Amino acid sequence: MMNFDYVRPASVADAIAAASEKGAAYLASGTNLLDLMKGGVSRPSRLVDVTRLPGLDRIERLADGSLRIGALVRNADLAHDAEFVRNYPAVAEALLSGASAQLRNAATVGGNLLQRTRCAYFYDIGSACNKRWPGAGCDALDGENRLHAVLGWSEGCIATHPSDFCVPLVALDAVVEIEGKDGRRELPLEALHRLPGDAPAHETELERGELIVALRLPAAAQNFAAHARYIKVRERTSYAFAVVSAAAALRIEDGAIREARLALGGVAAKPWRSREAEQLLAGAAPDAARYREAARAALAGAKPSGDNAFKIELAQRIVVRALSLAAQGTPARVAALPASPFSSLPGA
Amino acid sequence: MTLEINLTRDPAHLRHGSNMGQPLTRTDGILKVTGKARYAADNHPAGMLYAVIATSCIARGRVKSLDVAAAKRHPGVVDVMTPAHKPELAEDPDAKGNPFAFRMELLQSDEVRYANQAIAVVIAETLEAATEGAVLLSPHYQVEIARVGLDAGEVYAPPVVGIGNPAEVVHGDIDAGLAAATKLTDATYETPAQYHNAMEPHAIVAVWDGDRLFIDTPSQGMAFAQMRVAGLFGIPPGNIHINSPFLGGGFGSKGLISGPQVLGIMAAKLVGRPVKLVLRRSQMYGPVGHRPPTRQRLRIGTDDAGMLTAIDHHARITTSSFDDFYEPAADASHTLYAAPAIHTAHEAVRVDTGTPLFMRAPGEATGSIALESAIDEAAFACGIDPLEFRLKNYAEVEPTTGKPFSSKALRQCYAKAAERFGWARRPLAPKQMRDENGYLVGWGMGTATFPAIMFQGNARAVIRADGRGVMETGAHDMGQGAWTALAQISADSLGLDLDQLTFRSGSSDLPDAGIAGGSGHTATVGAAIHNAGAAVIAKLAELATADERSPLFGAGNAGVIARGGRLHRRDDEARSESYADILARAGLAEVDGMGSGAADPAAQSQYAMHAHGAVFAEVKVDPDLGQIRATRMVGAFAAGRIINPLLVQSQLYGGMIWGLSFALHEEAVMDHRSGRILNANLAEYHVPVNADVPPMDVITVDEHDPHVNPLGIKGVGEIGITGSAGAVANAVWHATGIRIRRFPIRIEEMVMGLGD
Repeated sequence: MMNFDYVRPASVADAIAAASEKGAAYLASGTNLLDLMKGGVSRPSRLVDVTRLPGLDRIERLADGSLRIGALVRNADLAHDAEFVRNYPAVAEALLSGASAQLRNAATVGGNLLQRTRCAYFYDIGSACNKRWPGAGCDALDGENRLHAVLGWSEGCIATHPSDFCVPLVALDAVVEIEGKDGRRELPLEALHRLPGDAPAHETELERGELIVALRLPAAAQNFAAHARYIKVRERTSYAFAVVSAAAALRIEDGAIREARLALGGVAAKPWRSREAEQLLAGAAPDAARYREAARAALAGAKPSGDNAFKIELAQRIVVRALSLAAQGTPARVAALPASPFSSLPGA
Repeated sequence: MTLEINLTRDPAHLRHGSNMGQPLTRTDGILKVTGKARYAADNHPAGMLYAVIATSCIARGRVKSLDVAAAKRHPGVVDVMTPAHKPELAEDPDAKGNPFAFRMELLQSDEVRYANQAIAVVIAETLEAATEGAVLLSPHYQVEIARVGLDAGEVYAPPVVGIGNPAEVVHGDIDAGLAAATKLTDATYETPAQYHNAMEPHAIVAVWDGDRLFIDTPSQGMAFAQMRVAGLFGIPPGNIHINSPFLGGGFGSKGLISGPQVLGIMAAKLVGRPVKLVLRRSQMYGPVGHRPPTRQRLRIGTDDAGMLTAIDHHARITTSSFDDFYEPAADASHTLYAAPAIHTAHEAVRVDTGTPLFMRAPGEATGSIALESAIDEAAFACGIDPLEFRLKNYAEVEPTTGKPFSSKALRQCYAKAAERFGWARRPLAPKQMRDENGYLVGWGMGTATFPAIMFQGNARAVIRADGRGVMETGAHDMGQGAWTALAQISADSLGLDLDQLTFRSGSSDLPDAGIAGGSGHTATVGAAIHNAGAAVIAKLAELATADERSPLFGAGNAGVIARGGRLHRRDDEARSESYADILARAGLAEVDGMGSGAADPAAQSQYAMHAHGAVFAEVKVDPDLGQIRATRMVGAFAAGRIINPLLVQSQLYGGMIWGLSFALHEEAVMDHRSGRILNANLAEYHVPVNADVPPMDVITVDEHDPHVNPLGIKGVGEIGITGSAGAVANAVWHATGIRIRRFPIRIEEMVMGLGD
């Protein structure tokens, strides 16, 4: 691999300064970046190692009831934090359904948000890819694309965002805290990732040198703890990205859905929240007909980007499943096969 | 280069008396789990450089330019080997000297034959410098349109399939057999390209000393490798010393030395220093063989009684544009079912990939999933339970040759596995079973078979003055357990307890043990060991029985038996003498003997020799989402004498998991335009993870085979895949009523098939 500078700043301010130069990249655990570098997909001239920055590895409850998760908290530590599992069970389930145990032990919260697509044409440097080389074209468009996007894609890019973690997070209004040269700002997680449009290489709203320092779940996110699930269909039971996934979270009172949250994974360049579906569910009785209506609404704008029309059908069925399971109530423990359709199923 | 392997001598691993048949744990297990087992790439001779292959990203064309100057300017880069700058070879790497000589890319030209082909080698002081040097070569290509897939071009009949098998076999009158059928099952199945993904990628550390060559490299056939390297470099095979004590998996990919390994030797010669070359995972997808895609049409004719009238099995396969290996997929129909007419034929298409080669059960695996699916379809068409259908059409003799089987305990396999599985409760029709959670449940079965193959192998046995024994053979432990199983045979062959034996293996300086392939290594080397041991015991017996001071004097025709480090008179076991005493009196430091093992042509011409098995699988399918989960597998196998039940069980588990993988997971995805493989990594090339593997039950059925070889061994390395893949696929059909004929079974076919 190419030679690069490696710096390990002592403070966030130093890190931002070091990462503000052209060609610099932040390095946390590197579970994605190092693979990209080895494959020649990413060739940063400087790595700014943030893993030893102080104060970013804490999970803390703030005065307003929200939960602040430092960007360097490891995926596994968060997923096994008892209070976290109790209050945000769908997020824990999503985390545990991602990657492998070894990767979860290494991967950080901030890194998970910023992982790159798994589109094979993005990884294959012999292929044309508008993300890697703006204007080069997209070989996925007429290529092997059975797992590509069905929502929000453009002729320039049909890649999907692969994170499981992000799917329930956008459903629960998570916010990212960002430090940059000009100080701190906040962004709803839903606004962090961009749809490809005519600039697929411009993947997030982060400016050069900006660093995600924390993720925040608002106090209201806990209101869904009793009725929240994440369901993921994948091509093997672990260490596989979602073909399609869905996070459903309901607030049920007096037998009716007072408030609903729904987001899909594996369908678009960003975790895909469906407010249309949420509105259809709010105030309704928890029943299958309404779930199907919500599913149709969530996928109303979908169209195949290739050999993947089945994902539109599958996504609707997963929405129905996730809502049904959420309505039944969050299991006392995260299933042995987290997010698997085989983790539980209503009696026949 | 002496090889010292500190195998476990812990008493927990020892048994006394008869060693064969004992479930010993691996003698190399502790070395492996503590990281002390030294694999090829763990070697670092002084002064060693790192070589990294630059690979083509086009599948067909020419390399127009390489920026060698840029690579050489990179700090640490020592040299760049290219078609214009490389050691001269004594032999054309495209020469076809024998049926096992496959063409390799050794920078003989600027031609590109497939994606991931070597186009240059960068040699540097560090791995990182060599890697970056390879990037800096920035090749430019003259690209030609790649030929990809089973419909890429002209179809032709291959001259042979596998190694020398006829491409077409006709038994009986196939037209009459098909015409006689009252029901005809006519179905076409597709299997994908699969690539080797042994945990240990191909690696080599090469050291030249004048015209002697020392290499550490994983090999399933050291003598073959010596011959090939000797030819290429114009040196005697005996000048080449190969160390290969441990392989991190072989599965056929290390049976023949590959082009990249030879490039490592060339690089060492070019720079005059030791060189290490290790393939990256993605570089395994091209030059080291693979399983080609197949499209197989089966026509199965049956009469009103459910008896087969014909099996017509036609396979299309791909091979490379520049060499000939033809996966013998249709041959799977030769041996299993007693049809009066059997016709098998192959046709081939040339594509721009590396040459397909041996991959665990080559032909048997691809053919089995198609045949077992078709038999399942035919049984259902006849309204007969799939097990009953197979029993009705049980082959009492090998159908295509009429030869009796040397042994065949398949009926017992069917019976034992079916009982353990609970098959009798299976409803005939599909989509009849649901579990308490509402999942669709299906049960499927498949028959397993694999030929009992032997190669040629040798061993040398020694009894030393202290009465201890030594067995030497250049055998290959791919993880299957040769260090353990062959030592067990060795100890018995010398009449010693295991702790009295030194077993030496894994080096080409030892007697040639042949190739560890075709599931025939234990049979071949076992026979060689057995004969070497017998030769030494005969010498000891000759010394003792001819010596009037020995208690064995005059044992004559009654003979002696060897046990516990002593010879005993067969007619009076109380009269015995230790090996040490015999040698001491004769004034000898040691006696030795050679033995060889090979198939007996007379027995082979008389008998059909195969291992058999029956596999039953249960799957559950989510009725809405289409996700499939295997929940149970039971396999019963009859494979002759079992040397070590623990190792055999592991082999069969591994094979059955491979079958599960074949049915549900594994597939190389190739871009249909460029011919590049898009999932050349372990994240996207899916093999089952632990969470996909169901509880598995393996039963071994006793089988005494007096014909196959002196020890009655048939081999278990590959049979586990056959039968298993079909059993899983048939279970999916039984759960859902959806017959998927393209493997692996994909989620979209289940989602769309299950409907609303």
